[in-house]
Amino acid sequence: MATSIRAAAEDGSAPTTAPGGPRTPAAPQRSAWRSRLYRLDLKASPYAYIAPFFLCFAAFGLFPLIWTGWLSLHRVDLLNQDVMDWRGTGNYTRLWETDQFWTALRNTFTIGVISTVPQLLMALGLAHLLNYRMRGRGFLRVAVLAPYATSIAAATLVFVQLFNPDYGMINWLLSMVGIDRTDWYSDTWPSQIAISTIVTWRWTGYNALIYLAAMQAVPKDLYEAASLDGASRWQQFTKVTIPSIRPTILFTVIVSTIGATQLFGEPLLFGGGVGVSGGSAHQYQTLGLYMYELGWPSRQLGRASAVAWTMLLILLLIGAVQTLIARRNRTKLGG
Amino acid sequence: MAVISTAPLRRRLRPGAGDQDKAGPVTYAVLAIAAVVSLFPLYWTFVAASNTGERVAQSPPPMLPSGELWTNITTAWNQADMGKALLNSTVVAGCVSLSTVLFSTLAGFAFAKLRFRGRNALLTLVVATMTIPPQLSVIPLYRIITDLNWGNQLKAVILPSLVAAFGVFFMRQFLLEALPLELIEAARVDGAHSLRIIWHVVLPIARPAMAVLGMLVFVQSWNDFFWPFVVLTQQNPTVQVALSSIGGGSGHDINQAVIMTGALVGTLPLLLIFAVLGKHIVGGITAGAVKS
Repeated sequence: MATSIRAAAEDGSAPTTAPGGPRTPAAPQRSAWRSRLYRLDLKASPYAYIAPFFLCFAAFGLFPLIWTGWLSLHRVDLLNQDVMDWRGTGNYTRLWETDQFWTALRNTFTIGVISTVPQLLMALGLAHLLNYRMRGRGFLRVAVLAPYATSIAAATLVFVQLFNPDYGMINWLLSMVGIDRTDWYSDTWPSQIAISTIVTWRWTGYNALIYLAAMQAVPKDLYEAASLDGASRWQQFTKVTIPSIRPTILFTVIVSTIGATQLFGEPLLFGGGVGVSGGSAHQYQTLGLYMYELGWPSRQLGRASAVAWTMLLILLLIGAVQTLIARRNRTKLGG
Repeated sequence: MAVISTAPLRRRLRPGAGDQDKAGPVTYAVLAIAAVVSLFPLYWTFVAASNTGERVAQSPPPMLPSGELWTNITTAWNQADMGKALLNSTVVAGCVSLSTVLFSTLAGFAFAKLRFRGRNALLTLVVATMTIPPQLSVIPLYRIITDLNWGNQLKAVILPSLVAAFGVFFMRQFLLEALPLELIEAARVDGAHSLRIIWHVVLPIARPAMAVLGMLVFVQSWNDFFWPFVVLTQQNPTVQVALSSIGGGSGHDINQAVIMTGALVGTLPLLLIFAVLGKHIVGGITAGAVKS
């Protein structure tokens, strides 16, 4: 590999001839031009290579985000977007007074907690087990990742069947251990648990593999030292593994939080015909769904924008809290 | 700040820290349960797709495949334009992963090996953009697309996804360790300009990471839901948009087996990729591990 690259590099030099332009006196003007070109290349090309990312982000991420903030201060109709009536903070105060907004906020929070906390804990345990030496571990790793290959839409449609209150597999299994029929579609907690199950199913394996990689990077001698000190397996896990992969845990917590805040497809498709309103009583309507319902079916883009910016503010708030907690933990652990 | 390490991609032979321990029966049992829970819904999708709608809507539910698969596929094909949806999803995911891999490699190379003013600040900015949910930008984006008359066209889905901060970071972490600075300097001394260096030095080394990134982006793009759902209609859907229409109705007149067939057809391409390349994808995800 290395030799072929070296050869390629030398091959690349062949047509350009004269290395280090200024040293060839035969063609001073040409070499001056060349050295200027060389310096320009050195200075400017890095910016050229990162430019596509920043241009695309500015055009399709940042600019629309700021525009959303501007829209949130107006009344705008989806079908007549050129007319913008100034409302000031009116959209926000109206949100504050709307029960449905508070329901959506509460649902986003509860579904977020039910779908991420058990998921990350299970992923940690799974990663720990996958780290053992064993037969068939290649297969096991691919198997736990299979749900990741399943789309939100496909996974939700399947779980809608499994959670069907009348003939679904889950109620049938529960009936065998003597648990009565649960209405996973209509009751608040069951429906939120069902939706969280979809999220958990899709992401647990993925997060487990991320943890696994972090665990494999923990220096071996840390474990040896711990076992010399008489630490049990469990103590090694809590005292060595967890602190060592803390940045990874923080990373997955942040990513899952962002994912939970914008939850949309799962509750939409879980609800079938009443999906946009998040169930007939909004029992599982998330902020993402509420934003969509306001913006498209109700055509009120200004109010939808206000929901979007509220989501952004909530994310910033959660991010600040998480950073604070992470920093406090770090000082507590003394590293 | 959290940083992605690509070390495992190159040093996979080094035994992991904990794996001097051999797995006991309990470990096997728990992992077997995890594998069953992960795979069973997929198996059952196939079971339901090969039974009749009436049989699927009976308790206890069917556990074994039956012979109705072809009938259900035909019905699903008539209900939603699955052929077009599969083609559209392939085009979208293909374009998005090609462009993401290309731009990520260029930017990742610049961030990893080139010196320029503001490099660290700009890299931090790239990472920070990952925390902004794309959903919050869709309202003006929808306006832009309608103004351009791009509604219901694939480019409306492709264009906003041409780059990914994750990809830039992934390639940067890989090239940081995999690409020796001496190679670049040697090429420079030989008078090669930077595009030539990229073509002859960077790309050959980056190729395995580019392949992994391409697969990850393809999966993500294939499964993307929100924006395609907003901007496309059933006349020109991606697989996910078509699935939302198959499963979107309510009431008991809907054939549940057909819904499951749609889910099966929409998932099968990715599952096939996973069956063939699963190990590489696992390697790629574990390569995206984070360390401080």
